[in-house]
Amino acid sequence: MTPLNKKLFRDLWRLRGQVLAIALVIGSGVATLVMSLSTIEALEATTEAYYQRYRFADVFAQAKRAPNHLSNKISSIPGVQSLQTRITYYATLDIANFEEPAIGQIISIPERGQPLLNQLVLRKGRWISDQNKREVILTEPFAEAHSLDLGDQFAIIMNGHKRPFTVVGIALSPEFIYSIAPGSLLPDDQRFGVMWIGRDILEGAYNLKESFNSLTLSLSYGAEEQTVLNQVDALLEPYGGVSAITRKDQISNWFVMNEIAQQKSMATILPTIFIAVAVFLTNMVLARLIATERTEIGLLKAFGYSSIQIGWQYTKLVIFICLIGVVIGSILGSYFGQLNTVMFATMYRFPILIYQPGPYSFAMGAFISIFAALLGALGAVRRAALLPPAEAMIPPSPPVYSQTASAGNNWYKWLDQPTRIALRQIRRWPIRSFMTTCGIALALGLIIMNMQWSDSLKHLSKVYFYDAQRQDVMVGLHEAEAKRAIHDLAHLPGVIRAEPMRFVSVDFKSGPVTHRGVINAILPESELYHIYDDASQTSIKLPTGGLVIATKLAEKLAVKTGDSIWVEVLEGRRPKVLLPVVSTFETYIGTPAFMDLNAVNRLLKEQPSFQYANLLIDDYNKTDLFKYLKNTPVVSAVMLKESALLAFDQTIIEHLMVFITMFSGLAVLLAFGVTYNSTRIALSERGRELATLRVLGFSKGEISYVLLGEVMFLIVLSLPLGCLFGWLLVWTMAASFDTEMFRIPLIIHASTYGYAILLVLIAAAISAAVVRRRVDKLDLIRVLKTRE
Amino acid sequence: MSGEQKLTTNINLKPTLSAVDLTKIYRSGDLEVHALRGVNFALYPNEMVVLLGASGSGKSTLLNILGGLDLPTSGQVLYGSQNISSASDHELTIFRREHVGFVFQFYNLIPSLTAYENVALVTEIAPHPLSPSDALELVGLHERQHHFPAQLSGGEQQRVAIARAIAKQPDILLCDEPTGALDLQTGVLVLEAIENINKQLGTATAVITHNTVVGGMADRIVNISDGAISGVEINSQRQPAKNLVW
Repeated sequence: MTPLNKKLFRDLWRLRGQVLAIALVIGSGVATLVMSLSTIEALEATTEAYYQRYRFADVFAQAKRAPNHLSNKISSIPGVQSLQTRITYYATLDIANFEEPAIGQIISIPERGQPLLNQLVLRKGRWISDQNKREVILTEPFAEAHSLDLGDQFAIIMNGHKRPFTVVGIALSPEFIYSIAPGSLLPDDQRFGVMWIGRDILEGAYNLKESFNSLTLSLSYGAEEQTVLNQVDALLEPYGGVSAITRKDQISNWFVMNEIAQQKSMATILPTIFIAVAVFLTNMVLARLIATERTEIGLLKAFGYSSIQIGWQYTKLVIFICLIGVVIGSILGSYFGQLNTVMFATMYRFPILIYQPGPYSFAMGAFISIFAALLGALGAVRRAALLPPAEAMIPPSPPVYSQTASAGNNWYKWLDQPTRIALRQIRRWPIRSFMTTCGIALALGLIIMNMQWSDSLKHLSKVYFYDAQRQDVMVGLHEAEAKRAIHDLAHLPGVIRAEPMRFVSVDFKSGPVTHRGVINAILPESELYHIYDDASQTSIKLPTGGLVIATKLAEKLAVKTGDSIWVEVLEGRRPKVLLPVVSTFETYIGTPAFMDLNAVNRLLKEQPSFQYANLLIDDYNKTDLFKYLKNTPVVSAVMLKESALLAFDQTIIEHLMVFITMFSGLAVLLAFGVTYNSTRIALSERGRELATLRVLGFSKGEISYVLLGEVMFLIVLSLPLGCLFGWLLVWTMAASFDTEMFRIPLIIHASTYGYAILLVLIAAAISAAVVRRRVDKLDLIRVLKTRE
Repeated sequence: MSGEQKLTTNINLKPTLSAVDLTKIYRSGDLEVHALRGVNFALYPNEMVVLLGASGSGKSTLLNILGGLDLPTSGQVLYGSQNISSASDHELTIFRREHVGFVFQFYNLIPSLTAYENVALVTEIAPHPLSPSDALELVGLHERQHHFPAQLSGGEQQRVAIARAIAKQPDILLCDEPTGALDLQTGVLVLEAIENINKQLGTATAVITHNTVVGGMADRIVNISDGAISGVEINSQRQPAKNLVW
């Protein structure tokens, strides 16, 4: 090994504390990057494999009742590879020991084996037989939520008739990775489940002999999706078809893809911040390290080493530090990535899990961090390489502190000398001090950003579940009922108030943009389910004509209040009308549109009717009401707000806590890295000064104050700055999470700032304690005897 | 070495500081370096002693132990009745803070503090200090008290260091090669400042040097070689520092 390389390794060893601190910071960046990239890779690979193996369909279409022979015509559409017709309905379930009504989505399967598309993953039990017709295969989450096992029985209310069924199998389906009840936002395995029953039974129960009401297709490679959709729509239209959709709009797939997209946005923002801090840290450390090595650099040059050799020497140092960081980061990242993927896999119950982080994520992590750190070190390395030997051998002249800087400040008089030293040190190196301040502030900002997630989501759930929705229960009916039926509901036991409602599937069209959505039709006097502006936290009055739409929808359609949009109803007579946008409102979830129920009925050319009812209930009579609803044939769905809220808390918030802990931990590491490095470097630069103070009679505590006081002042400065950074990061994050599904409200509680600050202070205190130990060991004589 | 007593100039006085049988052994691995081998030494009030010796003779080690910067391997250092050689870290800090002034070859001023503030650094923690201005006056730097170290010449910086050392009105002033980094002219100015302090404040002063000429300004010259006192000379007449030439 050449002497220079020996020097390199000894330098690395000598600076091990700092090297480790920088490596940890780089490691956190690499870890977030590897974690996100490998999670994305794993999620994509897993879903893809799942979809392929179980033949997830490409196109989904609905009709009221289409004859089976129509399938021949549909099969012959160019691009269609295979086709599976089926019958599917929502039905109320009656499960022993479960008071509340639960809803099942019932789907027909061939009695003789797997359907051609959307095949089931049979986890337990067997396929239904065609001997005993009252058999059902349940989705695993639903079965687990109700402790239903093979051989257990429960009843399904089909078309008004209650029929008992026996569980013979437990399965999963690529079509329901994310299974949610109609009108819900999140999965609730207690109150909604998918189940599969033999086709014959459903044909009989729903009067669909030789017919189907649902259709799935797979397309051949390169097929024109839109052309196929148009043709399918045209063929199904006479049979009450609702516009066909592709995989992209299929609800379960849409959620999964959304999750992957969120991971992708996470994969850009967080690692960027971590790596930016790492760049700044390497720059800071290296610049100061080179300053302390001037004489050695001069000596090496005097011996005949070239500028390039010197530059390469320090470049190698940076690369080594990075490599340590990359190794730490890759280990942490793949561990977190696996944790993360397993969490997703458990949440989504993937029957297969592919977590094989390819070289891509690691290579990417290594490349980005080394590139970034070298960029950070560029200035310092250049300075070292270009230092003229003669100049390098002379100790640097003492730093010049200017009189004018302090002359005007009378308050300086009131400070003791150690405080003046600390403050002058900051003023003498404003850029360095600013960088340290920024580093700590960034770490604080990151902690705030991660911790505020729960603030935002709690606010979101409060607004969404309490302020915007005041009903306790939403009841869905099989068919639209005449308006007077609402009085029957209002007189049910425990019901305090009942309001009618209707959801109408439509396409909103404006210029080239089409948005498939739903009109929420309510009455102007509705109090339970109303238009609520989440931003101003006030209700908006429903106009008698025209639409009130979410700003996000207005944005997508590029319309504003006063403009008109085309609304194409996707059911019934499928009217197409031009409706004015009367006003817009802010909402955190979805892209809802509201319209007067009476106006909607007129539009559909139907009698005043409704299909959903919002109920305000008396908790005391809840049990009676549920019992009644469960046994009422016209009721197809019962959605409890309380359970939706619980599901929200469980799925989103609990899932998020894992992330919050992981990222906050990494950010605390960052805060530690910055403070440790700043104090540690300050100690090596100012050991002499501190030793002098000891000789003059200052105690260890007092000189620690001189050293740590400087960092302390910088931390004090960094706190408000960090809070500002935190706010900005939250703002950026909120902006990047502005999807059609969610808008994250920018809410940061004072306590979040408080906890984040506390964490930074703890990290700083630990690094101060580590450095303090070194201060205590300061060798007075050696330091004083050496030349500056 | 025969008895220390007969070498003193003021045998009637009690010494300010005395060292008895000091040894100091530095160990590094298997190697033992005997820096001091049984040194007996006393410093009396008002006295100016010059410790002469070549580099590596052990004179700095002696000074460091006397000043409470280092502890002997064996032997005692007595300040009045207090045994400095067995003092705790805290006691040593207090000893240095209240009784000892140090001047080093490389000044060791705090670059971020002005001359005045460098002195104030000490006066803030000492029990009976001079005012920083008075201390700077004593070394002839009153005019430049608001300059930062970078704005002062080497000699001026060293005089600030002396002012800082004596501002606490120490009983003992220890100077380690105070002129080592200076040319003749500025060196003489620095020595004059030390001489001045010794005469005006009566501070017991020990100056380490390898420059024999400096011995001329002392009451007593102690030669040190190979970790032991090899000879003592007493000057009947101290030469004024300004007459020294090397």
